[in-house]
Order: sequence, then structure tokens, then C-alpha cells
Amino acid sequence: MNGALNLCGALGRWLLGATERVGDGAVLSCRALSGLLILPWQGRQFVLQLYAIGVGSLVIIAITGAFTGMVLALQGYYSLAKFGSESLLGSVVALSIIRELGPVLAALMMTGRAGSSITAEIGIMRVTEQLDALEMMAVNPVRQVILPRIVATLLALPLLVALFDVVGLAAGYVVGVDLLGVNAGSYVGETIDKVTMHDLTTGWVKSFCFAVLLGCIATLMGYRAVPTTEGVAQATTRAVVVTSVAILIADYIITSFFL
Amino acid sequence: MHHYRRVEIVVGAFVLAGLVAIAGMALQLGKVGGLGEQGYILTATFDDVGGVREGSDVMLAGVVIGHVKKVTLVDSDKAKLTMQINHGVELTTDAIASIRTKGIIGERFVRISQGADEETLQPGDAFDDTESAINIEDLVSKYIFSGTSD
Amino acid sequence: MNAAAAMIRTEQLTKRFGDMTALNQVEIAIPERATTVIMGGSGSGKTTLLRLISGLEPPSSGAIYFEGADLARISRRELYRLRMKMGMVFQYSALLNSLTVEENIAFPLQEHTALDARVIRTMVTMKLEQVGLRGFEHLMPSELSGGMAKRVAFARALAMDPKVVFFDEPTSGLDPISAGVITDLIRNLTQLTHMTSIVVTHDVHAGLAIADHVILLWQGEVIAAGTPESVRNSDDARIVQFIEGRPDGPIPFSRSDTSYMDDLLAREVIA
Repeated sequence: MNGALNLCGALGRWLLGATERVGDGAVLSCRALSGLLILPWQGRQFVLQLYAIGVGSLVIIAITGAFTGMVLALQGYYSLAKFGSESLLGSVVALSIIRELGPVLAALMMTGRAGSSITAEIGIMRVTEQLDALEMMAVNPVRQVILPRIVATLLALPLLVALFDVVGLAAGYVVGVDLLGVNAGSYVGETIDKVTMHDLTTGWVKSFCFAVLLGCIATLMGYRAVPTTEGVAQATTRAVVVTSVAILIADYIITSFFL
Repeated sequence: MHHYRRVEIVVGAFVLAGLVAIAGMALQLGKVGGLGEQGYILTATFDDVGGVREGSDVMLAGVVIGHVKKVTLVDSDKAKLTMQINHGVELTTDAIASIRTKGIIGERFVRISQGADEETLQPGDAFDDTESAINIEDLVSKYIFSGTSD
Repeated sequence: MNAAAAMIRTEQLTKRFGDMTALNQVEIAIPERATTVIMGGSGSGKTTLLRLISGLEPPSSGAIYFEGADLARISRRELYRLRMKMGMVFQYSALLNSLTVEENIAFPLQEHTALDARVIRTMVTMKLEQVGLRGFEHLMPSELSGGMAKRVAFARALAMDPKVVFFDEPTSGLDPISAGVITDLIRNLTQLTHMTSIVVTHDVHAGLAIADHVILLWQGEVIAAGTPESVRNSDDARIVQFIEGRPDGPIPFSRSDTSYMDDLLAREVIA
């Protein structure tokens, strides 16, 4: 009885805390994005962040994209061969990548690579009082530090997803056609035939939503990190975990809307 | 400053590559730019379309000549297909539209067989002659309980 | 001291962190165009006091008047306008680590003035000359020693020609020579530029050497305020203990408030 009460209490406290953090994050993100209304923009910061977040993730995105396409072709071939429908391989690979795996895997890889470094970087700026220093120089740290990172993520992730898709499709083609011997014409034909604008839009909506989650959670965790070494380490871990879970949950919700 | 210029160039190239990827996919796979909207409309009414749906192929002599735009129910017991046929494909007025299956359990498509008429179907016309889907289960039950199903 | 000449004044300033009271009803007045040194041991609340009077943190209650405006009640925009008149040298310098020395010092100028890049470069050179680091423009903060980083931070704090400069533990973590350089710089530049300096430190010797006015904090309360002489000659036992650095006295060596015997025998203490 007592245990159940305690559990309820703990659950309630956790829910309250979680709600509070979500609210805090939303407010902080809105404060950051409202900075877009004020000119001049932090163009230089934005470009530097786009370099770190976007260009810096290119290699890992290309590698994951290639292997995702390749394994999809192998697995798809295995399943389809049972029905004698190997000719459908192109569309299976393309739809899986474009609708689902491109946005999700690219976002998860970005969370591990760019999200963690965003959190750690901002957390370290908090520990070393750089955020306070900006504040003392009458420069709003939310605008100077958080905004460029969120905006860079919003732009970089959809672009990286598109590149992931292209690499994945190409790699799937190589495995499907050159290795497994599916007819090249039917592979490409099926792909072009079955993929519709709707599938592409689904992928884009997903990648944009994931980018919003990633940018906002990573910056928030860094900004609110406990200003100690362990605090930053914890914040970084938490940012990666929370963002990954949020992305997977959001993926289900968006998919159910866009079916 | 030199360093920053290089960063700018690389970032520019990255954004450009991403946009090209997006645009390329939209054009090639999403059929943006009117590619999907070319052709004229024909309709056909069937007793049973056996699961043909939006986007299913319309084939003539094994060549895709268009696709199904819409499937609707008419008169409470018939299915009406609205098909988009590519420009340049001329079909005779007595052409037959039939529902077929790719492979044994593959997907359904609409097969058109040309007739012998001189006149051709005009945009908006309907097929006079249609042939419904062959229902394998019906065939099987017909074979086993011959005479009982009719 | 004359209240009219006070640059910064606090009234019943209290700051609590949870159950812990870091500052309790603190009333101080910081004279204009002089060096005020806020001293106290670790946990005395001196850094908290600095963060409050620079507007970095809001007080739990009380008021902080900076040129007559209460920092706790003004808008962010208003606060940022006042911040143009403030500079701060942080304990760990807090240079922006993605920018070079030159860019760090130029940063506030670029943000807040419409000055030409050439003019800004000239000003940066002048500020670096003031702290004796001309020629180090293109180093990154990670390439600087602690003392040099602090001097760059000083130059950055001076960039906007502020009326008030705050120093958080300017000499901690530095070798004696670097510490001497920094204290000299604070003293000389305060006299030269007629600015108001506020130094928070636990370094008694450096503090008393540069101070025009001393504030001594103990457990979140002001226990002495006045000239260095008056503090040095005070016969308050707590002040004497702090100045002489004796480990035990009215400020006890042991911070425990339970009985040693009880803890050793793990006796239940009924609260």
C-alpha cells in the first residue's frame, strides 16, 4: 500500500519534472528563435555551426547511408525471393530508405555526433563562465550561442537526410543489381514507379521534425547543465538519450499521420 | 579570415549538394514538374476490380501506358476506374480493359487489348468492354464443387 | 561614507539557494572611482555578492542600485544598456575559446559599436598595450598561460571603456609574479582611467594592497567595511583571524555541528 503510494508519488514528481523541462525547453527555444526577428543575424556564427554540424557529419552520414542501403537490398532480396518477386527490390529499398530509415538513422547518427557536441560545447561555455561573459558584454547568450546552433541543425539535418537517401539508394542499387543480379531496368523502374511525392514529403517532414527535436534538446541540455565537469558529462549523456527516444516516438506519431 | 572563407566555401558546397539531392529526388521519384500530369483520362466500369488501386499500372502489350488515378464505387455494386493514359497512345473504341495479376499473387494491373475499330477513344470516354478480375478462390471453389457455385 | 558618491549600493540584499542563505541582509556601498575589495573565505558569499551586483543573478529579496536603477527590477534591455558601462574579469578568464585574442577583445566593440574594422583593430592594439600583451593578437585562448589569459580578459573588459570593472578572484591560480602583474594592472589602470574597480578575492595581501575600500564578508554577512587601515587595525577577533590567516578562532576550524563523540559511536540523535 505504502509502496504503491510512494510509486505514485514518484511517478507524479517525475511527470511534473518532465513537464517542467519540456516547458523550459519550449520557452528557451522560442526565446532563441525570436532572435531571428532582430537584425543583424549572427551570420558568421551560423555558417561556423553549419560547418561543424553539417559538413562535419557528412562522412558518417555517407557511411551509414551506404550500409543501410546495402543491407536493405540483401534483406529485401531474401524476403522477396520467397515470393519470386525480386523485381520489386528497388521499390522496397527506396521506400524503406526514403520514408523511414533515412530520416531516423541520419537523425540518430546526428544526435550521437553533433547533438552531443552541441550539448558539451554549451555546457563547457557554462562551466568556464563564457555564457556569463557574453551576458556581461551585453550580448544575449541565447541569441549568440543557442540560436545559430538550432538554425544550423534545422538546415543541416534535412540536407544530410537527402544525401543519406541518395547514397543509400545508390548502394542498394549496387548490391541489388550488380551483386544479386536483379534486372537493372526493373530495379530502377520499380523505384521510380512506386515512390511518390507523398513518400518524399513524409521523409522531409520527419527530418525537419527530428531536427527541431535535436536542436532544441541538445542546446537546452547544454544551457541548463550543472556547471561542473560531471554536470556537463551527465547533460551530454542525457541529451543523446532523450533526443534518441524523442526521435523514435516522434517517428511513430508522424508515420501514423502520414500513412 | 582565410580560414573563415574556406569554411564558407565548404558550407556553400554542402548546402548546394544537399539541395541538389532533394531536387533530384523530387524530380526523378516524386514526378514533380508535370511529368505525372501528362496524358488524358479514360474511364471503365467493372463488376470487380480485385484490388486495383490508385497508382496501379495500365498496360498495353506489356508496356505501361498510364496509371489508375481513382477507384470509385458506382451504383452500389460496380467499380469505376479513372485512368490516365499517356499522350500519343491511341486506343480503339472497342478496346477491352481487363484486370490482371502480375505473377500468381503479384499485384493487380489493368490490361488493355486493342480492338479492330478505326475510331479511337477520346479524352473522357469510357471503355465499352471490360473484363473483371479473375477470383482465384471462386475458380477453386468452382472446380471443387462444380455446379454448386453457379 | 557619502551615499551620493556610491556607484553601487545594496539594500537588505538576500540570496538563498534552496534552504541555504548565501547572503543575508547585506548592505554595502561601493564608492565611485576607487578600488573596492570584497574579501572573505570560501563560502562567505563574496562571489554570490559579485554576481548579484553585476546583475548576473537576481536576488531573493532586497535591492541593488547601480547609478540609481535597481538591477533586480529593470528590464533585460535596460540591464544590457547598463552593462555597456560594466566590464568583468572572470576567475577563469572566460575568453570565448573559438576566437583569437584579437577577436575576443574586438567582440564587444563589434557587437555594440558601428566602428570601422580598422578603428577596432587600433583600439584592440591599444588595449593590449595597456595590459602588456601587444603582439599576441593571433593566439588562441588555449595557447595562453593563465596569467596571460587573465590579462587578455582584462583588456576585453576594458574594451568598451567601462565605468565599473568587476574582478572575480583575479590572482587565484596564478604564480606570484603573474599575480603581482595583475594586481599592479588593477591598481594602475584604476588610477589612470578613473574607473571603479570591484575586486572579489580571498588573497588578503593582494587585496589590502590595492584596496581603497574593503568589505569583509563572513557567512553571508558583512563583518567589516572601511579603509584598509581600519580593517587591518580592527580588534574584532573574526577580522584579525581572517587577516592573519589563523586556522582556528571565532571562525571555527570544524564545520561540523554534530558531536564528534555521537558520530563516532553512531548514536541516534533525535532532532
